[in-house]
Formats: sequence, structure tokens, C-alpha cells
Amino acid sequence: MAEQQKTVTFIITRQDSPDSEPYEETFEVPYRKNMNVISGLMEIQKNPVNAKGEKTTPVAWDMNCLEEVCGACSMVINGVPRQACAALVDQLEHPIRLEPMSTFPVVRDLVIDRERMFDALKQVKAWIPIDGTHNLGPGPRMPEKKRQWAYELSKCMTCGVCLEACPNVNDKSNFIGPAAISQVRLFNAHPTGEMYASERLEGLMQDGGITGCGNSQNCVQVCPKGIPLTTSIAAMNRATNIQAFKNFFGSDNAH
Amino acid sequence: MVQNREFFNRRLHSLLGVVPIGIFLVQHLFINHFAVYGEESFNKAAGFMANLPFVLLLEIFVIYLPLLYHAILGVYIAFTAKNNTKRFSFFRNWMFRLQRLTGIITLVFIVWHVWETRVQVALGNAEVNYSLMEGILSNPIMFWFYIIGVISAVFHLANGLWGFLVSWGITQTPKSQRVATYATLIVFLVVSYLGVRTLIQFAYGV
Repeated sequence: MAEQQKTVTFIITRQDSPDSEPYEETFEVPYRKNMNVISGLMEIQKNPVNAKGEKTTPVAWDMNCLEEVCGACSMVINGVPRQACAALVDQLEHPIRLEPMSTFPVVRDLVIDRERMFDALKQVKAWIPIDGTHNLGPGPRMPEKKRQWAYELSKCMTCGVCLEACPNVNDKSNFIGPAAISQVRLFNAHPTGEMYASERLEGLMQDGGITGCGNSQNCVQVCPKGIPLTTSIAAMNRATNIQAFKNFFGSDNAH
Repeated sequence: MVQNREFFNRRLHSLLGVVPIGIFLVQHLFINHFAVYGEESFNKAAGFMANLPFVLLLEIFVIYLPLLYHAILGVYIAFTAKNNTKRFSFFRNWMFRLQRLTGIITLVFIVWHVWETRVQVALGNAEVNYSLMEGILSNPIMFWFYIIGVISAVFHLANGLWGFLVSWGITQTPKSQRVATYATLIVFLVVSYLGVRTLIQFAYGV
């Protein structure tokens, strides 16, 4: 059948090691119905022969959940940073160009190191401390309306697409990026997390914090989970300003 | 305050851009617009401003120091951005880029403008009046330089107001930010009109 003869062309930006020069390699992959970019990469892994018929090393990439909730397989697909698992070959322009996200250091081929995002989460203490020496019991309840918007923020998977799109996240600046700022809003909205609100806000007020935002608003446009990142940033702008005034003038509610 | 220096610096930068620099720019263009009502009218208005009490202190603390601070930190901010409008051609990303570009243009313009109309006056080589500006702007190259400089400055102020509203956490929702876009567009058009109208008056006497 003609269907079985069809191939998909991938043009992949590869890099052998963190310090080596990137280069492009083209692959022809047999087409299957409903395939995504990951299944194309799996074909290359099975048969690492490039379009010129030369045997080469299999292309390395990162993946985990395969359902767009873990964020591991983010890469630049036809110029757009997104998850490879959710990128369906039938919906893409051909040939399909794959590149690693340029904001992050490349480990190998399409594998990038998102450590700066996890460092950012540490800087803003994006967690809720609940461990103690005794049982603290159930926390306070959360208003349903608040839970609804907080749930949207909780969809963040630290995929790095917002950092890739942000003009202020680059090697000249130490801006932590939109994702961590939105996480402060999430954890400060939580009734137990709220008790540590100032610590997170002070994390945002440190160098590389919220003032690194220049309002280009690319983040909210590209976020695969539709998180209202710019609303979070503006909300945290307000919160950090109020915190700064409380810290300077003094307040019993500065915790 | 010391450990959060970047936070403090950036918030001060945002504040100074509106108060006093933004207010000064609008006031400056309002006063200059008196030129449209005639030479005498302009000289009277400019004379009123030049003869305010403590005028040198006012200039230093309301104009020079805030402007210098805003300019130096602003150049740093502009050059730490890695513009990507080619890949992400969203409206706000273009505004982000233009904000940095107009900031640099405005700085070049202001340095020239202060040299030509303030330093020269202080050195006694010129006098602030209608004919000084008429002499400068009757040169078509200078006229267009001033047009670009004034429009850049006003754009930087109007779009900066939008950013100010976000940086201070006033406009949070997409809707309020959209309304702020329209409001600042009106500011841009109205204040640009004042500036450009005055320049045409000086250059062509109409």
C-alpha cells in the first residue's frame, strides 16, 4: 500500500556533549497513523540511520509521562517550544524541525538541563512545610472559589517553555522566570502555605526575582497548560510591594 | 533594604519614570505648547518656569538626578534583554522591545537637547526663548531629530505607564491590563499631539 511507503522527515539539531558544537542531521522515519514526535524519535532510536543512509548515534531526548503533565519532553518543534509528546505529526508542518530549548544548557542532542528552574523553586520556597515533632492535625479549609483558580496554577509542570519564550531569561540575566513566580502565588494561596507567605515573597525580592520581569507577556501566550502567568506576576508584584512596605515601616502582619 | 538591592532599585526605577519624570515631561510639553499661541505667549510661559523659586534645586532633584538614575539603570535593563520578536511576534513582546528601543533613542535625544538648550544657556551662549527654538528647528534635520525624540519619549512614557500599573500590582487581570493599553494609547496620542504641534509651530511658524 502507498500508505506504508510514506515517510516523515525530521531535521534535528544535535549536540554530542555539553561543550561541543551543534549540528543538524536529517532523518526519514516511516509514517504511522497518529504518530507524535516522540514516536518518531523512537523510530530513530530503533534504527539510527540518517537520511543519507549513514549509520549514526541515536538521538537522545528526555521524556517521562507521555501525556503532557511532566514537562520533561519540552523542545523547540518547528520554532515553537512545546512538549514533544503532545506534538502530533499529522498537525505539524513538514519537514519537522526539532531543536533543544535555547535558554537551557544542552546535555546531549535534545536533552536539556532545567536545573535553574528547580533552583528558582528553592529560592522562593515553593513548598508547604507541614512536618513537625507532633501531629499538627488537619489544616484550615480553602474557599472553593480560591481553590478553583489555585488549581489552574497547580498545573505548572516546570517544563521550561515560559522561560524559553521570555526575553529576560538569558545568560546576561539571573531572572528566575515566570514559572516560579506563579508558584509563589499558588503556595501563598494555600491556607497552610499562607503562614510562610513572607518567606516566599522575600525569595521573590532577592536578586533575579520578580523585578526581572519586563512584561513582554510571552510566557502566558506559550504556556502549554494555559496558566495565567501574567496575572500571577502582577499579583506577586502587588504582594512583594506590600511586603516591602511592611518590612520597612513595620507591621504585625509581616509574617 | 541592602540585601534586596535589585528589588529596591527596580521599583525606584519604575516609580521615578512616572514621578517625577513622567509628570515633568507632560508639564514640559504643555508649557511649550504656548508657542502655538505666539512668540510672546511662549516667552511668558517659559519665563515663568525659568523664574520659579529654587529653580536650580528643582531642576536637580525633579529632573536631573531622577533622569540620570532612570537612564543608567534603564540602559542596563535594555541591554540585558534578548529580544525575540522574530520568534514570538506578540503585541506585548513588541511593546517590550519598543520600550527598550525608545528608551535608548530618548536618552540620545535628551543628552543632545539638554546640551543645546540648557548647558548652552548656563554657559551664557544662548537664552531660552522662542527664537532659540525657531533657530534650531528651522533646520529640517534637527526638526526630524526632534520629532523622533519627542515621539520616542512620549511612547516610552505612555507604555511605561502601562508597565508601572503592572509593576505596582494595580492592573492584574487581563481585562484591566487591556483597558490600560487603550488608556495609555490615548495618553500617547494626546501628549504626542502637544509635542509635535509645538515643533511644527517652531519650524514652520504655523
